[in-house]
Amino acid sequence: MERMEKFIDNLPPMDLMRSEKMTLVQLIIPVESAHRAISYLGELGLLQFRDLNAEKSPFQRTFVNQVKRCGEMSRKLRFFKDQISKAGLLSSLHPVVEPDVELEELEIQLAEHEHELIEMNSNSEKLRQTYNELLEFKIVLQKAGGFLVSSNNHAVDEERELSENVYSNDGYVETASLLEQEMRPADQSGLRFISGIICKSKALRFERMLFRATRGNMLFNHAPAGEEIMDPVSAEMVEKTVFVVFFSGEQAKTKILKICEAFGANCYPVPDDISKQRQITREVLSRLSELETTLDAGIRHRNKALTSVGYHLTHWMSMVRREKAVYDTLNMLNFDVTKKCLVGEGWCPIFAKAQIQEALQRATFDSNSQVGIIFHVMDAVESPPTYFRTNRFTNAYQEIVDAYGVARYQESNPAVYTVITFPFLFAVMFGDWGHGICLLLGALVLIARESRLSTQKLGSFMEMLFGGRYVLLLMSLFSIYCGLIYNEFFSVPFHIFGGSAYKCRDATCRDAQSAGLIKFRDPYPFGVDPSWRGSRSELPFLNSLKMKMSILLGVAQMNLGIILSYFNARFFRNSLDIRYQFVPQMIFLNSLFGYLSLLIIIKWCTGSQADLYHVMIYMFLSPTDDLGDNELFWGQRPLQIVLLLLALVAVPWMLFPKPFILKKLHSERFQGRTYGMLGTSEFDLDVEPDSARQHHEEFNFSEVFVHQMIHSIEFVLGAVSNTASYLRLWALSPTTCLGV
Amino acid sequence: MYGFEAMTFNIHGGYLEAIVRGHRAGLLTAADYNNLCQCETLDDIKMHLSATEYGPYLQNEPSPLHTTTIVEKCTLKLVDEYKHMLCQATEPLSTFLEYITYGHMIDNVVLIVTGTLHERDVQELLEKCHPLGMFDSIATLAVAQNMRELYRLVLVDTPLAPYFSECITSEDLDDMNIEIMRNTLYKAYLEDFYKFCQKLGGATAEIMSDLLAFEADRRAVNITINSIGTELTRDDRRKLYSNFGLLYPYGHEELAVCEDIDQVVRAVMEKYPPYQSIFSKLSYGESQMLDKAFYEEEVKRLCLAFEQQFHYGVFFAYMRLREQEIRNLMWISECVAQNQKSRVHDSVVFIF
Repeated sequence: MERMEKFIDNLPPMDLMRSEKMTLVQLIIPVESAHRAISYLGELGLLQFRDLNAEKSPFQRTFVNQVKRCGEMSRKLRFFKDQISKAGLLSSLHPVVEPDVELEELEIQLAEHEHELIEMNSNSEKLRQTYNELLEFKIVLQKAGGFLVSSNNHAVDEERELSENVYSNDGYVETASLLEQEMRPADQSGLRFISGIICKSKALRFERMLFRATRGNMLFNHAPAGEEIMDPVSAEMVEKTVFVVFFSGEQAKTKILKICEAFGANCYPVPDDISKQRQITREVLSRLSELETTLDAGIRHRNKALTSVGYHLTHWMSMVRREKAVYDTLNMLNFDVTKKCLVGEGWCPIFAKAQIQEALQRATFDSNSQVGIIFHVMDAVESPPTYFRTNRFTNAYQEIVDAYGVARYQESNPAVYTVITFPFLFAVMFGDWGHGICLLLGALVLIARESRLSTQKLGSFMEMLFGGRYVLLLMSLFSIYCGLIYNEFFSVPFHIFGGSAYKCRDATCRDAQSAGLIKFRDPYPFGVDPSWRGSRSELPFLNSLKMKMSILLGVAQMNLGIILSYFNARFFRNSLDIRYQFVPQMIFLNSLFGYLSLLIIIKWCTGSQADLYHVMIYMFLSPTDDLGDNELFWGQRPLQIVLLLLALVAVPWMLFPKPFILKKLHSERFQGRTYGMLGTSEFDLDVEPDSARQHHEEFNFSEVFVHQMIHSIEFVLGAVSNTASYLRLWALSPTTCLGV
Repeated sequence: MYGFEAMTFNIHGGYLEAIVRGHRAGLLTAADYNNLCQCETLDDIKMHLSATEYGPYLQNEPSPLHTTTIVEKCTLKLVDEYKHMLCQATEPLSTFLEYITYGHMIDNVVLIVTGTLHERDVQELLEKCHPLGMFDSIATLAVAQNMRELYRLVLVDTPLAPYFSECITSEDLDDMNIEIMRNTLYKAYLEDFYKFCQKLGGATAEIMSDLLAFEADRRAVNITINSIGTELTRDDRRKLYSNFGLLYPYGHEELAVCEDIDQVVRAVMEKYPPYQSIFSKLSYGESQMLDKAFYEEEVKRLCLAFEQQFHYGVFFAYMRLREQEIRNLMWISECVAQNQKSRVHDSVVFIF
């Protein structure tokens, strides 16, 4: 035992196994170099500041104005971006490397650009509006002119049809014109009209409203405008409808005009006279072309301005974001008494202290400050944050593990093992070397383009693939390996490692399906014999193989998990956990499922016909019965009884002692306190990183006990259900074969 | 009264109930209000709100802010949420959600009609309308000269049409008429909504009838107070009260004859235990504070609606709470903008 512990202690340290050693540091930064220091530290990214002003609301903090200014600037930048994308220009994808401009300078520049842009926009909007009006006028002239011509010719007929009048044509014309002559001599048809243009979507409601308002005494003619007109508000192209309303009476006119206004319909006067119409059309057309050139020039000018902004946009955006981050960090700092220095506290990994100091020196030097930045280590009460150093290979695995929960400070990190186990377990399920090669190619493409892809913005799915490229790589390699073992290449077996060990009884191989094959030479050297493929017993054979393999893998991995808890307990010098948690857990798991694994291996080695289900089930139901045919080795029955008893003992072992011992320790310590601190007991709770040194929490026995109970039940149930879960490895591997 | 809502409610209403409860969790908290009340400028308010759910709606506003912009954007958020819920809703929840907006519709109709009467620009009036109460032909309201036309031209297409049967007269529109119209419409609306909720049954009916009864009673008291000293006859006043609620019918009889705010109205209301507490908080002569007291009581009741599950009252309650929150924000911003910070707490109704 002693030697074992010594051996473990002398194991070389694993970098990934434990999170970095952290230390609480205090920085005292002179005001003049604060900004630079923080931005250098930000670039380094190895110091996590603590918020010392947590109780202050955001606008009561020191650098609130700068944060606000940055917010305002990023608003302007968003405005530019929006305008650029609306204008259909592309902001330059590859950011140009240019010297950082001062924030103040940038602010002025941005304000200028914004002002210029807004002015241009308002100008072009005005122009656009006039242009739209003229365009609409033109369309109305064309379409409504058509109506008027036809109505002048056929008004009579239409009227008659509409009103189903019995008057004769001539008679009606006479009465109409008589009426008209009294009211408005110029109009021949006896009706007045309003022409205009309206959004197509509103046309129907507009017509209905007109009908109601005039009590049906009107005629509504409409025609699609043919071309789309830009809506000045939303800058979208809208389909419009040209309409002409014929009506009579002054009251109706005011009503109709009001309705037009309410519906946002633009009315344009169209003269009845064709020659006049033509003249106006000509005028409108000439003005339109004039406006068009002006508009075009305006748009060109605007695009030029936007392009020049777009050239810098990405750089400016990242700069403003960086500035904002710096000020947000500065807001976490406190002023010291003299108001000349800023005091900050933060966590940093111990190895980074030199780098941080170097960055701080650089900051002092670059900002010509007389006073250096003071950087010293402080004592920490609370538990430090967990920080794992990762590289691009391990990063994806660490993220997978973090998704399930982040380890406490210095707890052993399962990500180390995940690097192999995760892709390997995937490969057990995926196992097909043809697919594996496809996956490998994909992963290699991602890795080869690593430098290019990492700078680009990818879609959410691509981003996930790219992030896990090294996971994919290992997955594919293991898949090829497992595929070779399963002997599957796109679900087709190959004779790679020599010929099959089996052959048909007769030369025609007619009885291969019925009587089976005979073995005629040494087993196939690597993996599954290709002859299994397509044989009658293929499925039972592979199922049995993969199921047993899954259980072996599962039990191995669960044991690894428990052993990790041993290393944790050792690391935190918590012998209580070793004795009353680790040991019974190991015993429980291995006396049941470890024994099952042992049986599987023995069965494989000896080629026995024993039924393992039967053995396991009757180990619980009637442990004393004779095993009969199912006996795999001598002394199996007494061993089973011993194992069963051990498993039964292990449950109360892991449930009861720990809470009672904790209680005893607590009361001992409490008694000791009244006489002053004596020597610490063997099980010192202080070492536990979460227990704060200043205040000892109230020891609540029932809570601890319930916690331990939950823990034990979870373990016992987990051991069973996890073993069952590992069967998924088997369950999924035929699915992937069949899915092809 | 209770059916087996729990069994079937989630088939159609579960998703939206979850959504609305999520939205409710986004309401400003006491700490938020505390911080907002300490703001010095509107920019501070914007900055604070940018950390809340209003953030995306305010972030693109250029810096010299106005109270109207803040309110407008906050309302926009409410409207977006409402529209999202309405899109997802199935019958009868969609009808229920539509009912919530009718009150705004009535207000908008009245706003436009009054505005046109005083010859205000229609576009300007439209901007002032509550976006929840918008309907297609709302701008056409300006065309109408009297109630009959108003109904025949415009409102016949809107859901308000059935409520109009009581107030179709050929009288020309004037301020008094319009105000009576508003209250008649509101009465009909509340009664209809009440009936609708009763038809839905279950917890919805129970909770909504409580909330609507409170609303009806509050309106009754307000009508009484506002009509004291006007030419409105007692019978007319009596007609404007909704025919349900705690005060119906005996309280209404007494309110109809009230001629004095402090003594008589208070005396009437104090007979009803739920309202006793409201009035007992007010000292005599403080009838301006009545509104706030009613709002506080309403908020309390609305919050209670969230205590039960499987009913539609949460949608109504959420919309009302958000509106109250926007009113609060408006008041705070106004106080900050006009440097009247001492009066911030006068009109803010906290929602917790």
